[in-house]
Amino acid sequence: MASTRPRLLLRGLSIGGIGPLDAAIAPGECLALSGPSGAGKTRLLRAIADLDPHGGECRLDDRPAGVFAAPAWRRAVAYLPAEPAWWADTPRDHLRTADAPAGHDRLAALDLETTMLDRPLTQLSSGQRQRLALLRLLDGQPQVLLLDEPTANLDADNIARVEALVADYCAERDAACVWVSHDPGQRRRVAHRQLALDGRGRVTACS
Amino acid sequence: MQLISLSFADLALAAIGVIALAVTTAMLRLGVARTLVVAAIRTAAQLCLVGLILEAVFAERAFVWIALIALTMLLLAGREAAARQTRRFTGGYGFAAGTISMFLSAFVTTVLTLVVVIRVEPWYTPQYAIPLLGMLLGNTMTGIALALDRLTQNAWREAAVIEARLALGATAGQAVADIRREAMRAGMIPMINAMAAAGIISLPGMMTGQILAGSPPWEAVKYQILIMFLIAAGTGFGTLSAVTLGARRLFDDRHRLRLERLRRARP
Repeated sequence: MASTRPRLLLRGLSIGGIGPLDAAIAPGECLALSGPSGAGKTRLLRAIADLDPHGGECRLDDRPAGVFAAPAWRRAVAYLPAEPAWWADTPRDHLRTADAPAGHDRLAALDLETTMLDRPLTQLSSGQRQRLALLRLLDGQPQVLLLDEPTANLDADNIARVEALVADYCAERDAACVWVSHDPGQRRRVAHRQLALDGRGRVTACS
Repeated sequence: MQLISLSFADLALAAIGVIALAVTTAMLRLGVARTLVVAAIRTAAQLCLVGLILEAVFAERAFVWIALIALTMLLLAGREAAARQTRRFTGGYGFAAGTISMFLSAFVTTVLTLVVVIRVEPWYTPQYAIPLLGMLLGNTMTGIALALDRLTQNAWREAAVIEARLALGATAGQAVADIRREAMRAGMIPMINAMAAAGIISLPGMMTGQILAGSPPWEAVKYQILIMFLIAAGTGFGTLSAVTLGARRLFDDRHRLRLERLRRARP
């Protein structure tokens, strides 16, 4: 049955003493990842995105990462770092769909103004930049989202907006999501299942 | 015009200026007197040594000796270019990238010039080959050292930006394009500035030397223009090659940024 085939499958994933991690995430499903600071949550996300050399295997729709060209893999399995970096001056330079209807809808969903698109990024708040980084990520229409504390700089209203937008996106496109969060309440709200790392990077709890 | 040969006594007179400067800076406690004297002695010793070698090679005119000298110059230039990096590639890769690039640009330019432009017989006649190669290697080395230093420093500083682009599906080439372009410019700008300033702000050293040694200015000028063009081409292509090789080394075949391939040089 195609519907039970996992969108993202991790088998024995390990990086620098962290892991091994086994997980299967179904289309439309969200897995929360937690653990103390320095446990290696970010490194695991980077390993899944194939940004660092790692052990074990990642599969997208049962196709191993190795059969994808690395850039194609990362377009499909997109990683949002906790502190997003920018290479051009304004948000518009980073957003391909800024002027498309879908782009407008998403801006509105995150309470961002279109006039903001042409302001220098340095003049925007860290919360505004964090939400723009999520839009930049969704622009590439990934099938898997790897989100590293995507609401760390946001107030309660905007946290709710981000959570809703990600949930909508995953439901609409049958995308899988790995969400790293320190907030137990958020993990319960966004995730269908949870996974915790201990201080030495080992998987301790699953639910 | 007759060439007035300099005696060692004449050079000793010129050295009085340096000694006077050393004494003055010592009295002012600038802390450079010692280095100044050592540098002056090195200049004299190194140039005398080169003079002796060149006299011997010019008399001999054997291809093997000229090739050996050229190879030594190339390796020394490669070592010097690698030593000027703040963050060096591990495993001698920086040395290899610089040396290969200098070989491709400086050697090819020199040989082409000897065969096609100057048309000297045989083409490796040391009076032409060695000075030409020396000029080209020296300038190419500076360009490559500057460019590689800019490349590795910026890649280190802007790792987050490079990885942001990689994470969104950019290829290694796309992710490093801005930094690569800036490094190439950094390597070429001194040479472009030197061409723009030649004759107005500075009288190039080679031309000055030729005129002092008795050449008609017009001949000296023609040789200087030749040299400037060769340096421009040699430095430019050497820089492009070194930066391309270096930028490739920053990534692996899975388009991952591999900064652990750089290590900080001891200051």
